Amino acid sequence: MSEQPQFGITVDQNKSLPEGASEVHAIVSVEAAGAPAAAAPAGAAEVIIIDTSGSMSYPDSKLRAAIAAAQTAVDTLRDGVLFAVVSGSNTASMVFPQTPRLVPADAGSRHAAKAALKALKAAGGTAIGSWLRLADELFDPYQDGIRHAILLTDGKNQHETPEQLDAALARCSGRFVCDCRGVGTDWEVAELRKVSSALLGSVDIVADPRDLVADFQAMTEAAMGKAVADVALRVWTPQNARLRFVKQVMPSVADLTARRAEAGPQAGDYPLGAWGAESRDYHICVEVPAQPVGQELRAAWVKLVVPGGPGQEAQVLATGNVLARWTDDEAAATKINPRVAHYTGQAELADVIQQGLQARKEGDLATATARLGRAVQLADEAGNDAITAALRKVVDVEDAATGTVRLKRNVDKADEMSLDTTSTKTVRTRKKEG
Amino acid sequence: MTEDQSVKPAELACPACGEPVYPGEGFCEACGRRLGDGVAAPAPEPVRACAGCAAPAIDADGYCERCGLRQPAERDHYEIELPGPNGRLLAAGGSDRGKRYSRNEDALALAAHPTGVAAVVCDGVGSSPTPHEASAKAAATGADELTGRLGKGEDFEAATRAALIKAADAVAALAPDPDSAPSCTYVSAVTGPRSVTVGWVGDSRVYWLPTRPAGDGPRAGAEVDTAELAIGDTGASEDTADSAALGPARRLTDDDSWAAIMVERAALTEAEAEAHPNAHVITGWLGADAGEVAPHVRTFTVDGPGAVLVCSDGLWNYLPQAEALVQALADASLDPAGDPLGAVRTLVRRALDAGGRDNITVAVIPVAHPHTEQPR
Ligand SMILES: [Zn+2]
Ligand SMILES: [Zn+2]
Repeated sequence: MSEQPQFGITVDQNKSLPEGASEVHAIVSVEAAGAPAAAAPAGAAEVIIIDTSGSMSYPDSKLRAAIAAAQTAVDTLRDGVLFAVVSGSNTASMVFPQTPRLVPADAGSRHAAKAALKALKAAGGTAIGSWLRLADELFDPYQDGIRHAILLTDGKNQHETPEQLDAALARCSGRFVCDCRGVGTDWEVAELRKVSSALLGSVDIVADPRDLVADFQAMTEAAMGKAVADVALRVWTPQNARLRFVKQVMPSVADLTARRAEAGPQAGDYPLGAWGAESRDYHICVEVPAQPVGQELRAAWVKLVVPGGPGQEAQVLATGNVLARWTDDEAAATKINPRVAHYTGQAELADVIQQGLQARKEGDLATATARLGRAVQLADEAGNDAITAALRKVVDVEDAATGTVRLKRNVDKADEMSLDTTSTKTVRTRKKEG
Repeated sequence: MTEDQSVKPAELACPACGEPVYPGEGFCEACGRRLGDGVAAPAPEPVRACAGCAAPAIDADGYCERCGLRQPAERDHYEIELPGPNGRLLAAGGSDRGKRYSRNEDALALAAHPTGVAAVVCDGVGSSPTPHEASAKAAATGADELTGRLGKGEDFEAATRAALIKAADAVAALAPDPDSAPSCTYVSAVTGPRSVTVGWVGDSRVYWLPTRPAGDGPRAGAEVDTAELAIGDTGASEDTADSAALGPARRLTDDDSWAAIMVERAALTEAEAEAHPNAHVITGWLGADAGEVAPHVRTFTVDGPGAVLVCSDGLWNYLPQAEALVQALADASLDPAGDPLGAVRTLVRRALDAGGRDNITVAVIPVAHPHTEQPR
């Protein structure tokens, strides 16, 4: 960890509150600059998990594409990165190496891994929890470095109970980051989203197996670009204050509120996973005791930290203040910060899309129309063109500004799932104005 | 201040604001910080307790580590006491950030001179850059120059004028370029045993508040309009013998402001002018963009005990009439000449209670009071 990037925190908010008000909102932007791509830390580990349940050979192109994608991922690993390939069905088993351990990437190990992948056959069911537990075992000796997994599946988690999956997620949470990909349209977005959000990763659909290779390469490159393994947002709040929520709002919406780990008096850590040359935005909402006009409070003190082990001091990478100042100047106190408004809209956007799709599935067409109509309106306001495009494959838009839509009669399953996985992806600012 | 090096050999700095201070001074003239023995070595900061929850844990950024309250800055609220030889105060002053602004851009300086007191109040012009630096510089420079000149026995009016010009030059020198000129108002009052000399540019004010005979309630119409006195600015006159007697409670300055011009031209009544959005537009200030500064200087004869009140518009916005100030003090059973610090606190509190929409600065100097034994 010799060459750490420079981290910075900026806070966007309207700190002016009217008399008696107590709710403080802020957008906290965390940015790392100058992460040296070539000199990334030595300690990186990668586990590639490929679904080899029987359905992967219907059609056979799914398994062939998954193998090709995994081979590309293996080729993308830097020399020296510790890796393994796991196949998953009713249970998990080692593809490469043959015994459960990680091996360093070099020409020989890459070649052997690709050969082993080529020999994969599809048979059996789907038990994602057991796959994750094997990955966790593999990562176990390497908890200091960057730990990243890619999980590819094509079906529902049918061969273990939801409780078994939840227990596996509880075990693995904070132990490694996992990006999840669903291939085809027979998997559940909500189920895979549960996995990816517990493991601080992304979820996406790869509807066409031919797109898998590029996707795996991008994920592996991103994982190789991480410079710090485990960072957390440490949030201090005043005595008698209540931290209402901490949400990641950029690059995607993820509610972190429930992930708090106490970190000393009046402070909690929200794990963010690994970090490279990237920036992410968080929306923080704190309720503080109202103060007299003219007084100023530090409503939250946010720090980006590397928490450190038990009894160890956390390493502080950057800090920022969320402030509250009470004023009788109504014009100042009633202004909503534009970025707070922007991200509040996009968090609502993700919610209404998911609610709308669920209602549609349940045959409640009135609710589906209302929610997806609202989504069209919000996506338009936010300038989120990707979501607008995905929505237009599911609804016919009469008027985007008022959110007047009609549900399309025939919707491609993949388009519906794409809309679902896209729903949480945000844009930083409006691209077009007026 | 380089020319005064011979008189004040040791160049020491205030531990709070860094302005020069001199051996023997009880308080910093720029920020009012009490200076201990041997001002050169700033005393170690005592462990501060939170102004809100009393937790003894204030972090380096000035926030309480328990309740998060931002601790008041040195300049947010301070008082200056100018102690006299008999233990009574020669003068007192106070300044407060108010409730609307995030910093105090007013500045106050009080100093004793051989026959009385010199007070300077400056109000940073909010639309200029770093107005708080302009006001601090002007008040410190003005008070320093006044005490230097008065200490050599110079005439009050000449010293007042010279100090104002020196302060104007110092503020003008703060501007990094002509388009970015920190600026402020300036008002000074110099009291002696039998006279008061005021000098100003801008809309900070001086009032005269005579001590009432016991049992004497406020009299209707007691206020004297300064315009009727026809004394005008006294120009270069150094003769104060025929200056106006102070008489009843009254304002001693006329604002350099749009409102004052409208009233003078009889275009608006005083009430109309004060209610107008332009009321606070000033027509005179110190700063690199001020052009040639034309100080107004007036001298008045003391004809009875009372107090001179020097203040910024943060106070007089709420109590513009001299009688209203008298009444506010009478309501609190305070004689400003007998208890200047009590008067300062009462008036600052009144302005805060009325809304505190601007920085508030008040100085009170007792004059010809039986208790104020002035060194001659
Ligand atoms: Zn000072
Ligand atoms: Zn406190």
